[in-house]
Amino acid sequence: MSRRIDHFVLKVDPILCDGFGHCHELAPELVHVDEWGYPIINEQPTSSSDVALLKSAKLAVRGCPRQALRIERISGPT
Amino acid sequence: MTMTISLPRVMHAASGRPLSLREHEEAFGTTTVGTALLRELDASGLLGRGGASFTTAMKVELLRSQRGHHKVVVVNAMEGEPVGHKDRTLLSSNPHLVLDGAQYLATLIGARRIEVCVSRKDSTIVHHVQRALHERELRKTGPEFVLHTPPWRYVAGEESALVHWLNDNETMPQYRPNRPHVLHVGRSPALVVNAETSAHVGLIGRFGADWFRELGTSLSPGSTLVSITGAVYRPTVREVSLGSTLRSILAEAGADPDPQAILLGGYGGAWLGAQHQDVAYCNEALRPFGASVGAGIIVVVPKVACGIAETQRIVAWMANESSRQCGPCAFGLPALAQDLRTILRGSSDPRAVVERLKDRCAVIDGRGACRHPDGVVRLVQSALEVFKDDVEGHVNGTPCVGVTSSRHWVAVPALERESELVWE
Ligand SMILES: Cc1cc2nc3c(=O)[nH]c(=O)nc-3n(C[C@H](O)[C@H](O)[C@H](O)COP(=O)(O)O)c2cc1C
Ligand code: SF4
Ligand code: SF4
Repeated sequence: MSRRIDHFVLKVDPILCDGFGHCHELAPELVHVDEWGYPIINEQPTSSSDVALLKSAKLAVRGCPRQALRIERISGPT
Repeated sequence: MTMTISLPRVMHAASGRPLSLREHEEAFGTTTVGTALLRELDASGLLGRGGASFTTAMKVELLRSQRGHHKVVVVNAMEGEPVGHKDRTLLSSNPHLVLDGAQYLATLIGARRIEVCVSRKDSTIVHHVQRALHERELRKTGPEFVLHTPPWRYVAGEESALVHWLNDNETMPQYRPNRPHVLHVGRSPALVVNAETSAHVGLIGRFGADWFRELGTSLSPGSTLVSITGAVYRPTVREVSLGSTLRSILAEAGADPDPQAILLGGYGGAWLGAQHQDVAYCNEALRPFGASVGAGIIVVVPKVACGIAETQRIVAWMANESSRQCGPCAFGLPALAQDLRTILRGSSDPRAVVERLKDRCAVIDGRGACRHPDGVVRLVQSALEVFKDDVEGHVNGTPCVGVTSSRHWVAVPALERESELVWE
């Protein structure tokens, strides 16, 4: 079976991240914030077919003032 | 090949001063480079002795698959653990064995340069290494050795921090999104090994895998160095066979025969209740207790001590040692220390503080660029488990007597920047 790249996770570089929490506002379904304002990102892979979620993830990536976020595509179960 | 070296192995012929190259070769024989080296290292099953216990052969394999001629071997003798003395003890007895191992590894991955990193805190050790390197230089053969002396900080020994130092003179860890990750010194792929790991390679290269496996267990083969402090007759570094019982190791070191608990692994390690002393000292046996061999740290804490107080001191120090690059580590670790302090001093709702501490541990875990916060979380979680009764005592307002004592068992360096701490 072919391995399809059909899931994604959002990843943060904790060194770059400043903890202003824009990502939480842009993608609340994927990102929570801890008591210090730093993002806690949902580690479970999200299906790329979930267009709304993928869109908010992209918004968060673009909206991060520190460019600390990245979408990592992963191959889901084939 | 004669295989007469039993225990001690890496500390064989140790005489309290560093062996010269000639003495070293008389004691261990000269290094031989054969094609069997890779196979022997693989068959030896050697696990890294720097803390993570990763299979050395797998790291070598990863580096061999990297392209480029200019690879480097980095020998990590930073010994960031305040109660760790094994790498320094090794370098002040058998420095050439460590260098032999690095040379073998350089041959295996095709490296031309070996960076030896010793913290500048201990100038005697720096001199020992300098002298050993000078002796090798006179021989005019083999790869190039370069000595580096980064400042001593807990995280400076973390491999990406060490490589960061070699590149930019900064002792701060770097973010690596995916592991395993190949670190680079300049553009050269780097193999980072602990000094003791390197010494074991120096022996495997000479005597082979079968000899190596004569000691230890099938999953944790060989011998290992342990630094034993706390309630012991005298703090020592000993070489033990992996898989011997913890009790026998403690007895040999003259430890308190009836202690309260034992700190294993390091300041990012875990507590073990003294009732489990008969456990074998190797990762596979310690795992069910949430502990590991780690960097070979053993601290014995007697019954009179307050385990929570000891943990609080470690956590406060570890919080201060954060490189403060990542929010969850820079703010989270001081918060853990503060919670532990509140539990010790008492508050209006102590149970809520304990719950908050547990929640904070779960929140912080795994969210730093390096594993520094994860180690602290592990330590706190194990303390809450092992010293459960003490925590109850503090919560109910009936703390143990140990908390009032000014005597401490876990050595923690003075906080150098205490006034600056965010949480003070
Ligand atoms: C916070 C932190 C501090 C570390 N300090 C040291 C150290 O002082 N010395 C060391 O050899 N390894 C240290 N390590 C482990 C290294 O990152 C690395 O795993 C090790 O040098 C690899 O060698 P090994 O495979 O031979 O164990 C540290 C790791 C962490 C997360
Ligand atoms: S938007 Fe970027 S910098 Fe701000 S909290 Fe999120 S990841 Fe961190
Ligand atoms: S996790 Fe802590 S010690 Fe590690 S890089 Fe981040 S701030 Fe520094």
